[in-house]
Amino acid sequence: MIEVFESLVLSEEERGFLDGEADDATALAMRILARMAPLYGADRFIEVTRAHIDGIVYEGNAGLDFAERLAELGGQVRVPTSLNVMSMDRSNWRQLRQDPSYAANARRLGSAYVRMGATPSFTCAPYQSEVAPVFGEQIAWSESNAVAFANSIIGARTNRYGDYLDISCALTGRAPAAGLHLTENRRGTHWFRLTGVPESLQQRDEFYPVLGYLLGQTVTTGVPVVEGLDAAPSSDQLKALAAAAASSGAIGLFHIVGITPEAPDLEAAFQGETQARPELVTVERLRTVRKMLTTSTSGEVDVVAFGSPHASLAECRELARLMEGRAAREGVQVYVTTSRGVKEILARTGTLETIESFGTQVVADTCIVVAPLVRAGARVLMTNSGKYAHYGPGIIGVESIFGSTEECVEAAVTGRAEVDDSVWQ
Amino acid sequence: MAVMRIAGRPLVDGAARGHALVTDSPLSFWGGVDPHEGRIIDRRHPLHGARLAGRVLVLPCGRGSCSASGVLLESIANGTAPAGIVVSDVDPILGLGAILGDELLGRIVPVILVSEADRASIATESIVTIRPGGILEVEHGPDGRAPEPCQP
Repeated sequence: MIEVFESLVLSEEERGFLDGEADDATALAMRILARMAPLYGADRFIEVTRAHIDGIVYEGNAGLDFAERLAELGGQVRVPTSLNVMSMDRSNWRQLRQDPSYAANARRLGSAYVRMGATPSFTCAPYQSEVAPVFGEQIAWSESNAVAFANSIIGARTNRYGDYLDISCALTGRAPAAGLHLTENRRGTHWFRLTGVPESLQQRDEFYPVLGYLLGQTVTTGVPVVEGLDAAPSSDQLKALAAAAASSGAIGLFHIVGITPEAPDLEAAFQGETQARPELVTVERLRTVRKMLTTSTSGEVDVVAFGSPHASLAECRELARLMEGRAAREGVQVYVTTSRGVKEILARTGTLETIESFGTQVVADTCIVVAPLVRAGARVLMTNSGKYAHYGPGIIGVESIFGSTEECVEAAVTGRAEVDDSVWQ
Repeated sequence: MAVMRIAGRPLVDGAARGHALVTDSPLSFWGGVDPHEGRIIDRRHPLHGARLAGRVLVLPCGRGSCSASGVLLESIANGTAPAGIVVSDVDPILGLGAILGDELLGRIVPVILVSEADRASIATESIVTIRPGGILEVEHGPDGRAPEPCQP
């Protein structure tokens, strides 16, 4: 054990946490934070008012032991805390053929965090629910897409807090004072200008994951600034952009001039720093990036998935409109992953029945990347999600095809992908 | 046997000794390492197939998902983790996994930060001893090969 914390400036309360004056769980969490602070380059902590926990995915017994130990030591979160996707659908796991012992461990992990006072939200789109932060709020969020959305679209402030550091922040209400918590690190670093990208393309849903993927691929560390977006993107379109940017790279914050709150104009996005010249984003470049999201060369499709990040009510209603009165081809697995809250509303409005009648599994609490839901033997996944398309080959073990929502629904019906390239000309 | 000394900065302090496993490519433990076998499973990684247990892993930094900390913790719990890790970039994610191993399991996998040039001077199969305080002692590989010269 190392007790070299003298380089840290601690408040009286924080010192008390370390000394076990609150409880042993808070003391352990504060120790972890105190040892981690120098790795973030922080010499003090800031108070956070919200946390979102990603350590809720079952990865093995060590993580489960950690959560249960904190709960047994009396750990209680100090700030409103939401939970990311877990490893099971709590009500539908049998129908989804989830392994019973795996599901039991997933449930134990979820219960440990709920015992510590976290809200059982189990969603990767917490910013579209009542736990969303407000502009300028200091928070400790994990889940890369949620971090990118909270920072960029809302203007809240968080770093990417990974497994187990997230609960440490929640139990103490503290985070290392570093990175994106601090104004100077939120300054734009890379300037992109859309040029010759028709507004008709900018209005399409599939434009946003591709633009996000381009940013993540191009900027390894830094804060991209995008200029020249003429369309007025919806919350769901910005969600898709943020998720793709966070999965192809490590982007925690981006600015879109005239759209996101820290970028009313170019000067504000760069905090007054003058820039040399922008990197141009042309339709041609977008086409190249779009191709990277498709790894399959055959047109055959046996899985179609929507909802990464978790589908919103609006996205589910659009799917219901496209699926109504139709049916997926036999042998094609169709998934919509969403939050339990959205699924409840769908059930009460009859929309759930429309989507399920198509042959869709509407999965709550989890998703097809964090839990092995896709049945063995599947070869090709088609999706409208940049994130699913990115992780399909590595994590699910399928080839992927990226397409629009309409194209994905058609592929579910026919078992073949027909992707329209003309809108990308 | 010639011994090269490198003074590093301990991100996670401790002692360890093992044969060096060296790569210039960052490695994401999440999706890149199987914590049950301790094997590198990322097909695009040059060390694909290599086992980590007992080795001193020498690499620029980790990469990618924050869930990598959890995978390193599971590896430490399963006894399949490297004996020590040497990096040339501050890496909070691997550091967190190692700190958790210490705090939760009482097993220390030291993580030592060295300069880019010092990292490049460590050859695969050298025997690396990590001493408390971040001191590395690097001995020639078992085949008598001298460590590669320092990069400018």
